[in-house]
Amino acid sequence: MTAKATTATQLMSINMGPQHPSTNGVLRLVLELDGEVIVKATPHIGFLHRGVEKLAEYKTYHQVIPLTDRLDYVAPFSNNLAYALAVEKLLGIEAPERAQHIRVLFCELTRISSHLLWLATHALDIGAMTVFFYCFRERETIYDLFEMVSGSRMNLSYVRVGGVSRELPAGFLEDTRKFIAAFPARLQEYETLLTDNPIWKKRTVGVGIISADDAINYGLSGPSLRGSGVNWDIRKSEPYSSYDKYHFTVPLGKNGDVYDRYWVRIEEMRQSNSIVHQALNLLPKGDFLAKIPNVTLPSKEDVETKMESMISHFKFITDGIQPPKGEVYACIEAPKGELGFYVVSDGSNRPYRVKIRPPSFVNLEALPKMIEGSLLPDVVATIGSLDIVLGEIDR
Amino acid sequence: MDNEAITTLVKKYFPEEIVNSSVFRNELTLQVKKESVVEVARFLKENKDMDFDFLSDLCGVDRVEHDGVFEVVYHLYSIHKNHRLRLKTRLPSDNPCVSTVTTVWKTADWHERETFDMFGVRFDGHPDLRKILTPDDFEGHPLRKDYPLDGRQPATLRGVYRKDEP
Repeated sequence: MTAKATTATQLMSINMGPQHPSTNGVLRLVLELDGEVIVKATPHIGFLHRGVEKLAEYKTYHQVIPLTDRLDYVAPFSNNLAYALAVEKLLGIEAPERAQHIRVLFCELTRISSHLLWLATHALDIGAMTVFFYCFRERETIYDLFEMVSGSRMNLSYVRVGGVSRELPAGFLEDTRKFIAAFPARLQEYETLLTDNPIWKKRTVGVGIISADDAINYGLSGPSLRGSGVNWDIRKSEPYSSYDKYHFTVPLGKNGDVYDRYWVRIEEMRQSNSIVHQALNLLPKGDFLAKIPNVTLPSKEDVETKMESMISHFKFITDGIQPPKGEVYACIEAPKGELGFYVVSDGSNRPYRVKIRPPSFVNLEALPKMIEGSLLPDVVATIGSLDIVLGEIDR
Repeated sequence: MDNEAITTLVKKYFPEEIVNSSVFRNELTLQVKKESVVEVARFLKENKDMDFDFLSDLCGVDRVEHDGVFEVVYHLYSIHKNHRLRLKTRLPSDNPCVSTVTTVWKTADWHERETFDMFGVRFDGHPDLRKILTPDDFEGHPLRKDYPLDGRQPATLRGVYRKDEP
């Protein structure tokens, strides 16, 4: 008894980040430890806050698109699309069929590239270095495809309200076909390195568990939610951009641990690959941008040859779109979960309010729930399994 | 359930509390009195036909210039029933304060902190109402319309270094 009374223990606070490599961005965690067990975890965010929502109120509707690139910067196309869908809803218009399929094509390529970056860094955090190089090799191919179509590798800004900015360039479809033909074998390669690897399993199985009910209560979405076995995918439940014409399954985990979230994302890449394949076959002929005066740009050829088009072009560039008064919420299944845009219009050419619902922000909120009571090394594995990007958390 | 059925059912249970309902682009918005937010929210979550188990988003809107109010907007979704609803409430700009819904949905925690940080709306009963995106010594609420666009504040090292350090 006396011996117990003299060995008093004390909690220790340690600071993880904002420059810690495994936080994958400027995330700071204050951990209170009892030995190596985490008693309390407090995330501190906001280091990357740029006031995107404030800036958006001072831009015309189209000028907001490049800002959205810089939210989740590893999946810029998804951000562009979610925003454009919100404005299109506000206007009551739809993109032409070809544009919708192009959007699906890019959404899924983006999902693959985002998941590749996640897998690369997640595996690196846990100590599997090889996977990192393999994933970056494939990711680079996807970025080449992005560059072909938009001129830039990362910040695409390829979406326009009413469609996409330009036609797919020559050779794009062939290169995409080549990529999706090769990708399943590559995916198999990653899996041989990790899926049945006993070290990988020891670090991930039974770690960072969250139950289905808790996951819903904490607002998790995307693969992080489906890892707990909740069957909810916005592509299925509220199909946008003609996702209802595609066949794919929604992979579900069971235990809600790091390993299940890993498995869900691996399977999702396989499904995305199949969706890209379908999109290439479904791609109809037609316009890539709707032709609606004062909402979309007239074609360059018309601007150079017709007076009306030139005036319309000038008016469009200087005044922008003027949607009716109202408010809409549009959301998509981004690689990380539900990405929503709540846009309020007061009838002027600038949004009155733009609220972004970033999946990472909400997913990170559940981190303390997942790691409290577990060991310090599990924190690194759990952060990786949530696939957060601080760009969209801090906005 | 479609928008009409949801409106009818909510109005049946809360005839006084629902101030306004509207549908725009097939999205239903219900405006609720600020005193009844938590009560209505709990009903929406727990009623079997409603089953709004997922709080998608919670945010503020500055409508001080025209209406003298801050709005707090709740976007609800039901995973099992697959329907959405926008709930909103209006708070006077001189004392923007409403009860927290963290007791209904845990996810509201950070959303409410963000709304507090950006608009200065206080949430009564919130377990940990601190700023979340701006630094601790940042003054003002940047998403208010009267806050300037270029409202940069000089970074200070207050709190970073102790005074007795060299």
